[in-house]
Amino acid sequence: MADLTTDFLGIRSPNPFWLASAPPTDKEYNVRRAFEAGWGGVVWKTLGEAGPPLVNVNGPRYGVVHGADRRVLGLNNIELITDRPLEVNLEEIARVKADYPDRALVVSIMVPCEEAAWKAILPRVAETGADGIELNFGCPHGMSERGMGSAVGQVPEYIEMVTRWCKQNYDRPVIVKLTPNITDIRQPARAAKNGGADAVSLINTVSSITSVNLDTFSPEPSIDGKGSHGGYCGPAVKPIALNMVAEIARDPETYGLPISGIGGVTTWRDAAEFLALGAGNVQVCTAAMTYGFKVVQEMIAGLSQWMDDKGHASVADIVGRAVPNVTDWQYLNLNYITKARIDQDACIKCGRCFAACEDTSHQAILMKPSRVFEVDDSECVACNLCVDVCPVEDCITMEQLAPGQRDPRTGQVVPAEYGNWTTHPNNPMAKAAK
Amino acid sequence: MATPSRAPGIAPGRLSSEEIAANFKDLHAPYAAHEASVAADRCYFCHDAPCVTACPTSIDIPLFIRQIQTGQPEAAARTIFDQNILGGMCARVCPTETLCEEACVREAAEGKPVEIGRLQRHATDALMARGVHPFTRAEPPGRSIAVVGAGPAGLACAHRLAMLGHDVVVFEARPKPGGLNEFGIAAYKSTDGFAAAEVDWLLQIGGITIETGRALGAGLTLDGLKAEHDAVFLSIGLAGVNALRAEGGDRTGVVPAVDFIAGLRQAEDLSALPVGRDVVVIGGGMTAVDAAVQSRLLGAETVTMAYRRDRPAMGASVYEQDLAASKGVRLMFNVTPVAVHGNGSVAEVELAYTETVDGKLVETGETIRLPADQVFVAIGQSLSAVPEGVALEGGKIAVEGPGRTSMPGVWAGGDCAAGGEDLTVTAVAEGRDAAMDIHAALSA
Repeated sequence: MADLTTDFLGIRSPNPFWLASAPPTDKEYNVRRAFEAGWGGVVWKTLGEAGPPLVNVNGPRYGVVHGADRRVLGLNNIELITDRPLEVNLEEIARVKADYPDRALVVSIMVPCEEAAWKAILPRVAETGADGIELNFGCPHGMSERGMGSAVGQVPEYIEMVTRWCKQNYDRPVIVKLTPNITDIRQPARAAKNGGADAVSLINTVSSITSVNLDTFSPEPSIDGKGSHGGYCGPAVKPIALNMVAEIARDPETYGLPISGIGGVTTWRDAAEFLALGAGNVQVCTAAMTYGFKVVQEMIAGLSQWMDDKGHASVADIVGRAVPNVTDWQYLNLNYITKARIDQDACIKCGRCFAACEDTSHQAILMKPSRVFEVDDSECVACNLCVDVCPVEDCITMEQLAPGQRDPRTGQVVPAEYGNWTTHPNNPMAKAAK
Repeated sequence: MATPSRAPGIAPGRLSSEEIAANFKDLHAPYAAHEASVAADRCYFCHDAPCVTACPTSIDIPLFIRQIQTGQPEAAARTIFDQNILGGMCARVCPTETLCEEACVREAAEGKPVEIGRLQRHATDALMARGVHPFTRAEPPGRSIAVVGAGPAGLACAHRLAMLGHDVVVFEARPKPGGLNEFGIAAYKSTDGFAAAEVDWLLQIGGITIETGRALGAGLTLDGLKAEHDAVFLSIGLAGVNALRAEGGDRTGVVPAVDFIAGLRQAEDLSALPVGRDVVVIGGGMTAVDAAVQSRLLGAETVTMAYRRDRPAMGASVYEQDLAASKGVRLMFNVTPVAVHGNGSVAEVELAYTETVDGKLVETGETIRLPADQVFVAIGQSLSAVPEGVALEGGKIAVEGPGRTSMPGVWAGGDCAAGGEDLTVTAVAEGRDAAMDIHAALSA
């Protein structure tokens, strides 16, 4: 049996699946039930300053993008940080942590960008016995209008400053949660590291409007006819999150900085992909909000079976395994030449490959009598669009032309050696190549 | 005394009204909106889609399904009606399993096609429920066309001609328009008076007059029609019924299946409709299935379909055969009726077993007798009251191209015309195409 135990910044949890700071982790009742369902850890929903709690809208908070059969593909929210008194949250955190010492319990915090505010709350969080804190520099709606959340996360200098305050005033791990609503994710990650962060977690939600009501012309979710941008999450944002995690994992300036991967993790496979790209664990929200806490059981069983099947003994063995294979475009091997191949026995003759190639690509698929579709190697650039639109798995595949073969498209013989853009003769900036 | 369900002879009320109502409800329930959306999502939007090729009316099926998927069944209906003005009925009665759904690539992929027929019904019902008609007439060029027969071919022809601005008079022998949509077809495929409602909706285009009780040979002559109108379209169907050529075939209780079906369709109260306790249906086509299944649904205790050839040769599709079997109809193959026994009324049918020898169907000499109170004959229909001077081919009106008969100014389509399957959808295509050709000829 694979060992799913993870040690993230010294915080141990029985599996790498943590619930992200979000509505599911807003109170003791939920968190206890999440732990009973099997979640390895929880990041408690973001705490704010002491005093009168903030308020949420009283109309709808969530918007959604549905796929076929109303599958939730993306979820958007305009909920703020916790609207319960700080004292109540702190008492509950302390009770839950005491009862579940084997689970990770990290507390998310967002207070104004003043050192005094952080100095005031950090000792109180420390008293709860929580395993660490996560700085919410990502929330893109509401709080950002008050100079918090992503308003901090979009300014690397602020990230560094606040992180430093936290490290100076709190003696357990500090995780900095990053917003994706920024041009280059490496900048805030570097700032966090420079401020002394023990880890970064990402991504927070993506600023979004999920839909527009075409009768009222109000964005959804609609509050009395008006809408505000929310934060988008769920399966739809996973590719964005994977790239940002990989960017930080392979950045020489942040290389080795632990990462907690967040963004659309719905199945064990999603989690494994985040781990492979350098995340030490994953945080989940939308999947739980869609299917309930039980969904973690599939993630645990699935990751375990895959690790057993592939002979991976522990989670640590997987982390970062794909990072060396993420590179810049300029280093991709231009001498790797493939052609599309259509398995005529598997083909159901829908013609989607033909329509896609003929209308929008390279006119490299021929439609022959009796709806037989064939690849014209002299036109095929191996773009993969036919593979992507084919409804039959593995019906169209990409087959590599072996070195020494002639590419009918270019008339050139396929070189055996690796060759990239940096040395390509068409590149005016090419380095002299022999 | 026997219970009503097992009353001997031909008797009404074998089942309670509730049981009969349940038996004759819609064969395929209409989709709810979400169901339709999910069903529509299965369509791959094929390039040059095989389902369109398989549709005799060439409805742009991928497009209309996509329109359902995006929440506009009414727009989908417009796409359907552009090609097939009786798309509502075709959605109910088309043997989709041998047409569009057989060609669906998902049938090839997983044996489960996109449910095109049900989706088409979802769309057409949505638009018709709005009570509006989506087409308008062109500026009338002032020509007049006579259509003989208000079945699917005649109605489709009349509607297209009206759209093009012509005035159309449709002559119909029966008291109601609709043809086989109204008088043929199993009741559970066209519930709640749909056939009549569809005709009313179709006529909203304007410019079409229907005169019932008028037929060739019964007050109408082709010469007279040609003299009064600029063109004539014949869609007179196959009004003759092939008789059972077996000893005793004229006994009481032996009736054409089409008469039983028509009577059933027009019955006010199905529980008052008599049916035999033991029913034998002679034939292997759709009409035979419709008669056999409905006999069971009315409460006949045993119903047997006797077909003279083997299963692969049967006219009824595998789907229809399975439907019959699921309703408790016994399917017998390679049997042909040789005698109907009884004392006045039918009591038994004697069948001879058959086999194919050197490509010829012959009797083996072995026979079997089945008890029968009622025998429905469904061994084909034939053209009757053929206008003089119109050339025939294989017992039907010979046509060239889009329904041109041998007689100038006279077109024909539907079951009475040679070529094409005898299906509602084929009739619609032929009527529509003849209308376009008539228009072109009159505009020349």
